[in-house]
Amino acid sequence: MAQKAIREYDGKAIFARHWNEYFDGFHYGFKSVLVTSGDELREKAKEHGFEWLTQENLVAKPDMLFGKRGKNDLVLFKVNKPGDVKLEDAAKWIDEKQSHEVTLLSGQTGHLSHFIVEPFTPHTQEQEYYISATTVGEDDVLYMSAEGGMEVEEGWDEKVNEVHIPINMVDANIKKAIKANIPQDIPAKNRNAFASFAMQFFKFYRDMNFAYLEINPIVMLNNGEMAILDLVARLDDTAGFMMRDAWGDIEFPTPFGMEDQSPAEKAIAEADSKSGASLKLTVLNPQGRIWTMVAGGGASVVYADTIADYAGVKDLANYGEYSGGPTTGETKFYAETIFDLMTRYKDPRGKVLIIGGAIANFTDVAKTFTGIIQAFENYADKLKEHNTTIYVRRGGPNYEKGLRDIKEAGDRLGLDIHVYGPETHVTDIVRMALEK
Amino acid sequence: MSKLYTKDTQAIFWNNNKTAIQRMLDYDYTIGREKPSVAGIVAPTSSNKFEKFFYGADEIMIPLYKSTPEAVKEQPQADVLLNFASFRTAYDVVMEAISIKGQFKSIMVTAEGIPERLARKMNQAARDAGVTVIGPATVGAIAPGAFKIANIGGTIENIINSKLHRTGSCGLVTRSGGLFNELSNIIAINADGIAEGVAIGGDRFVGSVFIDNMLRMESNPDVKYMLLLGEVGGTEEYKVIDAIKSGKIKKPVIAWCIGTIAKHFSSGVQFGHAGASANAERETAEYKNRAMREAGIYVPNSFNDLPATIAEVYTKLKEEGVIGEIEEPQINSIPKVRRPKQFICTISDDRGEEATYAGFPISSVATPDTGKGIGDVISLLWFKKQYPKWATEFIETVIKTVADHGPAVSGAHNAKVTARAGKSVVEALVTGLLTIGPRFGGAIDGAAKYFKYADDNGLTPAEFLAYMKKQGIPIPGIGHRIKSLKNPDLRVTGLMNFAKEYFPSTPLLDYARTVEALTTSKKENLILNVDGTIGILMVDMWRALGYAESEIDEFIESGTLNAFFIVGRSIGFIGHILDEKRLAMPMYRHPMDDILYDVQKAEEI
Repeated sequence: MAQKAIREYDGKAIFARHWNEYFDGFHYGFKSVLVTSGDELREKAKEHGFEWLTQENLVAKPDMLFGKRGKNDLVLFKVNKPGDVKLEDAAKWIDEKQSHEVTLLSGQTGHLSHFIVEPFTPHTQEQEYYISATTVGEDDVLYMSAEGGMEVEEGWDEKVNEVHIPINMVDANIKKAIKANIPQDIPAKNRNAFASFAMQFFKFYRDMNFAYLEINPIVMLNNGEMAILDLVARLDDTAGFMMRDAWGDIEFPTPFGMEDQSPAEKAIAEADSKSGASLKLTVLNPQGRIWTMVAGGGASVVYADTIADYAGVKDLANYGEYSGGPTTGETKFYAETIFDLMTRYKDPRGKVLIIGGAIANFTDVAKTFTGIIQAFENYADKLKEHNTTIYVRRGGPNYEKGLRDIKEAGDRLGLDIHVYGPETHVTDIVRMALEK
Repeated sequence: MSKLYTKDTQAIFWNNNKTAIQRMLDYDYTIGREKPSVAGIVAPTSSNKFEKFFYGADEIMIPLYKSTPEAVKEQPQADVLLNFASFRTAYDVVMEAISIKGQFKSIMVTAEGIPERLARKMNQAARDAGVTVIGPATVGAIAPGAFKIANIGGTIENIINSKLHRTGSCGLVTRSGGLFNELSNIIAINADGIAEGVAIGGDRFVGSVFIDNMLRMESNPDVKYMLLLGEVGGTEEYKVIDAIKSGKIKKPVIAWCIGTIAKHFSSGVQFGHAGASANAERETAEYKNRAMREAGIYVPNSFNDLPATIAEVYTKLKEEGVIGEIEEPQINSIPKVRRPKQFICTISDDRGEEATYAGFPISSVATPDTGKGIGDVISLLWFKKQYPKWATEFIETVIKTVADHGPAVSGAHNAKVTARAGKSVVEALVTGLLTIGPRFGGAIDGAAKYFKYADDNGLTPAEFLAYMKKQGIPIPGIGHRIKSLKNPDLRVTGLMNFAKEYFPSTPLLDYARTVEALTTSKKENLILNVDGTIGILMVDMWRALGYAESEIDEFIESGTLNAFFIVGRSIGFIGHILDEKRLAMPMYRHPMDDILYDVQKAEEI
């Protein structure tokens, strides 16, 4: 996926790194730290440049890609009254929040690991604004509102002004469009400053290859001092190769509550990152009955569709694909990973393995099947133990040899294997396997 | 444009992807195209001039170019760019191609993962310029029986099985490249193949979308019905629905959106391509399938039922007489075993009845009645062209002029010494020839090179002299041991008079004369000598014959000018060698009193 969420802290760091380049007439202090424990925060406070951690009142909150932290009661901004949080309060709070599992209002459950700590910024509701930008359809859209904070989401249509900015719009016209759409509720004395900030914000969003960038609220203090109180950002990671310096050391964390990848999935992801070919694996249900090993991004989807149609989604154990001409070794590894996963839990009905694929454009079928055959040799006994029925369908370069070889190997190893070529409709093996 | 490609379409292939290009040429041969579908290859880092490919059992050469502008200059008829650059450079390649106004009608981009913002810019620029972009992240498109991009359709066997070698009736659009092949096969089994097919690409932002391609197919008379394979995510299918509702698309459409599975998983599982992610209910496969069905599109109940739907629509159209019978064309089959050739020859051929020089039987240039001289033979074998009379006569004049310059020059001397050592004609000749180089005979090359450089860069004679001084090289072709303006070298006069009378123009000689005027004003004998005159007039000859400056530079760089000297002077050397043999001169030993001996004892270090 091209768009990846980043931490609030990393987003602010990108702002800070380029602030002077983009935000003429405004100032941003970037007082912000990202920590994983109370002790780490205490240590940080001893470092030069982070004296503010002991000198100022603080705000602490998890920085793990989920929103609505206020509503989830996961923002520490007061002990007794707003703005009285000291370093030690924040450190203890972090340790406490880490000590148990947390369930969000949205139902996601998990452990909190990363926290962002910043100074408490006293300000009035009038100083809060909302600004964000993203791509909708073919255009970029800039959203602006005179009201920041949680309020903006209630009554979005009335409170937020949208500016649609086509990709080829020149800066002068973007400026005009933004100016013409500054929310009426913004006080007259701040309108010019806000318009100027919005234009610079858009350019920053565009040039830094953000896919989504939202500050809610952005607080306009006196003398052009800006406070970014809450930030959500996604980057277009395909631009990574040209943005390495601009983005700095950026991490794309797994969203909170998403189960961490299993070791098998991680191993496949690692093999994928090292290979010119594509190897993808997601386990949907480790106890599922139907396992797939499908070549090609499109074909893998139609196989999943068809299995859901015939057997329901509960029985579908995994989703994934291998494509782009993987080597025999890579295919063997991929196959063995799946065979290992599918022989962990018994199912009284036996297991079904779909080795599917469309007619390849350039992947050598015999070569990839050699890898699957090698995996069969190692897992034949286990597969038999689990009463596995295997259905194969594939076409493309050298497919006759590939199909002949896999049939021969399956028979030799005593596997229940059924092999079909391009004369059989691509997903028809799913029907054959499941219609019994 | 009602058809994306025709049987005459030629492409520039960006990146020397040999396997993919060979697949295109195999396809071309199979369907009997007259010209190969790839006119040229852009290979920025290659120093080769061409790449060999099989065309059936034979081999052909496809020219390589350093850049797209260079390629289109030589191949202006190529109006398709197949951009096989990586995701890092694909954008720049597209933008450069678009900036060559009016050249490309369509550009295919194979790279996956071009930064989204760049992809959007590129797609917009293409739309503004009226260029159809196919991709990014695609395997391409095909007009069966006419033109096929790279790997689409897979192997030749699969292409023939899937009837992609000749025009069928279906217009096919998909996102996925793998399923494109699959659908071609399904359509071949259940109907009569496809008329035009495009895999639009899997990235979120692709150039031409379903509707762009389907509107073109609507106006393509070969397309009788269309098949759209969509995906979960995006709203492109709704544009097709709108076009059907507004009557812009009247031909029957079959469609299916894959990714119905996605509804079972809230988020986190990326099914298929980068573009395949539903952000709203409208973008789910189920919703789109329903909407398309309601708009009167033939939508099966599942992907597995798609073949039956295709058969149903095809049979109906056939019964209605919309689709007729297709006559299966002749197929040229590609030999199973092909061996690449080790050597290439582009100048002569001895395979026929009579050997030829650049296509001319030897007898047609050999005897006096043909009116051809050695200059004509040189023009055929060296330049693969028939030069006009004035040029062949100039070449002959040069050869005659340089044939000999007495026994004392180093080459002749060497030849004589070797002949006296009892060696054969060829051995003695070679020792003479081996002296030809920068100091002996090389002034022809040097004069051509430097005078042309000065003229190309508009240097005044004074600037040219200053430039050469800075290089630390005496100007090649200037200066003679004894001759001067007052006592001219008559060989030079002869060459100049010939050129004046017969050359259409002599710009470089005219320039050289202004240089000579300056050098002789400094010293009497700094005249344009015979080497300089030959080199300079050769450049003028090639210019008048219409060669590009770059081609002339290449002649100079490859030592072609020296070659004239080598041929001419060989005549003289052989004369000296035969002279020695005739005189039966004994072994030569140089007199010791003619050598300065100054030998010191070697020091220990």
